[in-house]
Amino acid sequence: MPKLSVSHFEAALLFAIFSSIVLGIVSKKNDRDRLRYGLRCFAYFVVALFAVGWAMYLGHG
Amino acid sequence: MANGSATSGAVALPRSWVPVVALAWLVPGGGHFLLKRYGRGGLLLLSVASMFLLGLMMRGPMFHPQGGDLLTVIIYYGGFLGDLASGLLYLLSVWLGYSQPDVAGHVHDYGAKFLVAAGLLNILAMVDAWEIATGKKN
Repeated sequence: MPKLSVSHFEAALLFAIFSSIVLGIVSKKNDRDRLRYGLRCFAYFVVALFAVGWAMYLGHG
Repeated sequence: MANGSATSGAVALPRSWVPVVALAWLVPGGGHFLLKRYGRGGLLLLSVASMFLLGLMMRGPMFHPQGGDLLTVIIYYGGFLGDLASGLLYLLSVWLGYSQPDVAGHVHDYGAKFLVAAGLLNILAMVDAWEIATGKKN
């Protein structure tokens, strides 16, 4: 199996994509709501990724 | 045991939720396939399997049950259960000899988290399949 080397950003983005798909599927009762919830989860993941990334960068000095 | 015939949908459901949940554990999305929710089952299979395979490709170490202080027990037993929740993906990788030592590096670290997260997402899929099989959800 090939070895994968990813940056923090790439790994977190992959995590966000697949987690959002599953959260969207299991959370809502119709396809339209599932799609919207999945996209919203992905957006939250990305916003949190940038927010925490900047917080660590600025907090580190 | 709950009966799976309580839904109003046109699709006939299995009489028991046990085989649904068991298949959902063994094969991510398998419970949905058994309930004829092919689209959702396919997406669950794609997501969980991709996450698990990415974890393997990042050479993430598997958790093994380990005693010690409370935090160690929670982390290692919890991690082991998370790995185990991936079903056949975990069992096959262990049976085929996957054994990655826990080494320093952010990629290995992410790999371990991807492996556990794949199992945790599969637990969500199992709960969803159980809800459909028992008629709590369509």
